[in-house]
Amino acid sequence: MSDIPVFDAVSRDPAAATAAAPRWREGVRRLTRALWFRRLTVLVVLALGWELAARWQDNPILLPSFLEAFAAFREASLNEGLLAAAVASLAVLVKGYVAAIVIATVIVAFAVANGFVRDALQTVAAMLSPLPAIALLPLALLWFGLGQASLLFVLINAVVWPFALAALQGFEGVPETHRLVGRNYGLTGPAYVRQILIPSALPALISGMRVGWAFAWRTLIAAELVFGVSSSSGGLGWFIFRARNELYTDRVFAGLATVILIGLLVEAVAFRGLESATVRRWGMLR
Amino acid sequence: MLAPATETAHQVKPATPLFEARGLTLDYATERGPVRAVDAVDFTLAKGERLVLLGPSGCGKSSILKAAAGFIAPSAGTLTLRGRPITGPGPDRIVVFQEFDQLLPWKTVLDNVAFPLIATRRKKKDEAREIAAGALRRVGLERVLHSYPHTLSGGMKQRAAIARALAASPDVLLMDEPFAALDALTRLQMQRDLLDIARETGLTLLFVTHDIDEAVLIGTRLHLLSAHPGRTITTLDVSAFDMRDLGTAAFETVSRRVHAALFDKATAD
Repeated sequence: MSDIPVFDAVSRDPAAATAAAPRWREGVRRLTRALWFRRLTVLVVLALGWELAARWQDNPILLPSFLEAFAAFREASLNEGLLAAAVASLAVLVKGYVAAIVIATVIVAFAVANGFVRDALQTVAAMLSPLPAIALLPLALLWFGLGQASLLFVLINAVVWPFALAALQGFEGVPETHRLVGRNYGLTGPAYVRQILIPSALPALISGMRVGWAFAWRTLIAAELVFGVSSSSGGLGWFIFRARNELYTDRVFAGLATVILIGLLVEAVAFRGLESATVRRWGMLR
Repeated sequence: MLAPATETAHQVKPATPLFEARGLTLDYATERGPVRAVDAVDFTLAKGERLVLLGPSGCGKSSILKAAAGFIAPSAGTLTLRGRPITGPGPDRIVVFQEFDQLLPWKTVLDNVAFPLIATRRKKKDEAREIAAGALRRVGLERVLHSYPHTLSGGMKQRAAIARALAASPDVLLMDEPFAALDALTRLQMQRDLLDIARETGLTLLFVTHDIDEAVLIGTRLHLLSAHPGRTITTLDVSAFDMRDLGTAAFETVSRRVHAALFDKATAD
């Protein structure tokens, strides 16, 4: 009985004396630990550095200031077709991406069923992985001409192989117990694939889709830098290239910023959201 | 052993055994040709009986269970359920595995338990969920119905797996060392609960273990196997023993007899 008040006195005393200060400090500590705060800090520092460097350099054709670039971004979005260019790029991207995922799924289905196809897939993927997909663009132009077909060709090449490899690994990594549980309930064929294999391989599938998306986006922008004339509005890459030709350097920055923003948005919203709704919630991914 | 009259009645006059293995022989393909895992094993399982396959590692007890589940095909002999030969896996023989990941991580505990009923289209979703909730209540998991398996302890996962098997109400429940990966205290509690459930529901159980005490506790009959390849040593009626007999002299005697039967055979080989 007697030692309980002693403990209380010890613990309460310092807390009462400095009650106000730690609460304030605790708030700051929590703030500086938050991811969004850290990211925001980095962005603000970068923007400040950029603004200062541009003012010191004082040559808007080489390096427009942050504020100029931001104004150009607003202006280009509203009047110069930056948004239309982004939409055009995304439309091609989605077309190529979906086609690539479908093609890869068919290949992987055969690879899972047949050992020879599996080794063939791994060989081809290993051959093509050190080759940037954009390096196929000259060939694609030769075969398919200046047009969307060439863009789609390099795009699909950029996505199919990494996604197929990731999916194959995912399916092969499905634990034996999951397979046995599914078979125990008499699941076979499509029902077995849909109810056991796909959910069990989902972490690998999402990660493959994410890698494929990153490759696709970079490859598309790079390809559009070379040519974007085919479609009426061109794409983001073409917007950047044209702005640079006309020495609208602030618009070049606006275009680059758009590329980054869309990339981050898809990553943070689509993929991150998909993950937290599925594999993270299920404890399959930490 | 002095078995209750009902238990012996099953064994004396097995009119049509629910489940039967005749001359069951299992081979595994390896790089140096087939290796025999199980050699000409016979056993029968009457309704409501709990047969424990007991033996050292390498005696093929898990292989027998896999064959009973229909995951592997015998190279000789037959397995029959209600007189019909087993040709593949099916929900009339639900397996409880040793591995904790037998619960599908993308389903809640409730959906995991309802899954066999829905997957086999035997029940509508709502009805399956109701049955599943009942089974989970039976194993004491009513508080985690909507949790995902990764938030459960090992013992709770095995409980959920047992509930899943109960909900599917199979003809034979197959258990492959379900408590082997649990700590001693949890294991004891699980054994106690499994026995209670078995008594209440009268389930027919084929149970695999290497733990002699567990075998004597759980089983109404033991089927002892020798290793490399698995052959029948003997069978033993242990239906008289349950949790209350743990640590009594009679229990110790039987344990020692089983140990001797397994051990002597192993050294004689």
